[in-house]
Amino acid sequence: MANLKDLKNRIQSVKNTRKITKAMQMVAAAKLRRAQEAAEQSRPYTERFNAVMAGLAASVGGSDTAPKLLSGTGSDATHLLVVMTSERGLCGGFNTNIAKKARAHADSLLAAGKTVKILTVGKKGRDSMKREFGQYYVGHVDLSDVKRLGYSDAQGIASDVLTRFDAGEFDVATLFYAKFVNVVTQIPTGQQIIPAAFETEEGAEAATLYDYEPSEEAILADLLPRGVATAIFSALLENAASEQGSRMSAMDNATRNAGDMIDKLTIQYNRSRQAVITNELIEIISGAEAL
Amino acid sequence: MADTLQFNLVSPERSLASMQVTEVQIPGSDGDMTAMADHAPTITTLRPGVLKVSGPEGASEYVVTGGFAEIGDGGISVLAENAVAKADMDQATLKGMIDAATDTFAKAQEAKSDGVDAAAKTLADTVAIGDALGISVN
Repeated sequence: MANLKDLKNRIQSVKNTRKITKAMQMVAAAKLRRAQEAAEQSRPYTERFNAVMAGLAASVGGSDTAPKLLSGTGSDATHLLVVMTSERGLCGGFNTNIAKKARAHADSLLAAGKTVKILTVGKKGRDSMKREFGQYYVGHVDLSDVKRLGYSDAQGIASDVLTRFDAGEFDVATLFYAKFVNVVTQIPTGQQIIPAAFETEEGAEAATLYDYEPSEEAILADLLPRGVATAIFSALLENAASEQGSRMSAMDNATRNAGDMIDKLTIQYNRSRQAVITNELIEIISGAEAL
Repeated sequence: MADTLQFNLVSPERSLASMQVTEVQIPGSDGDMTAMADHAPTITTLRPGVLKVSGPEGASEYVVTGGFAEIGDGGISVLAENAVAKADMDQATLKGMIDAATDTFAKAQEAKSDGVDAAAKTLADTVAIGDALGISVN
């Protein structure tokens, strides 16, 4: 019976798919560990940096001479959305969730009569953002050749963003990426990077009075652009970890689904084989009885 | 034995050093400074240069470019955008740094922005690292 052979082929093909998804899951797990380590190692820098910046911003922020990167341009008419997604697909809802978050933000800005500009990092986000917000799309940063994320990648993106800012192309910049919580949870997040918003920690940090060399303003002017790069770098690392985590759970689900499907198909295969055997027996017996 | 202080050297990609030291020579943008225990709390930006550390565990040197140093009650944190141990420094790495600085300088000149002087200084400082380490790029 042709049906039996079809079923057998079907089972084999699902088994092959399961092998692939299983392998992808394991690769993602290994990459996730690396990405998490990278994120872990960048944390001391980011934390110290933000603590110092928060102190500086608190003491200089109020004055009129505060740099534009900190105090803003004075208007918020034009927004730049930096949407960070992955270069590859097959990672569950990862890219969709980030794009959805960015889209909601863009829609609410447009509804409020603001101008929106979109810069994408990562191929997947470019495709979906370009489709919907084609006229607002201003650029794309390609990281598909990057094997291991380095600070220089973040600096590249930062200098792109800063050049646009200096040219007066936008007033407010927001970063969209997925914050890594654990393998099953990644939270799509929007973080404002220009004007810089530092979380000021009350207490200990404010207590120390520092000497500044050169002046506070000069240090702030020097560090703010670096702050943009630092924010982008940590977002990139979070995103990389989230992507792998998301892919890992997606592939885990796929592997399990394939297993279920194989079970079901195997039962069906066994039943139809039994039916064929029974049928043949009946034919033989009824043939014998007819004699 | 002299008092020691906690010294941390971190770059965005990783933490390079964390140890007890007696003194740290920092290449500040307004000139070198040496910090020892009980130094007044200070924050200074860095110019590309050589950071020298000496302590009970021996002396070590790092090449740092850009960033800042924070001398506080708890010790010294140096946050360098790019930090390389002197032992790992070679001609190719230095050339990369100088090329990057030259590039920035050229761009600043082209754009006639305010950053020309700063870029020129960065370039000169980066070239000076080679002299300090005895590495020639030519």
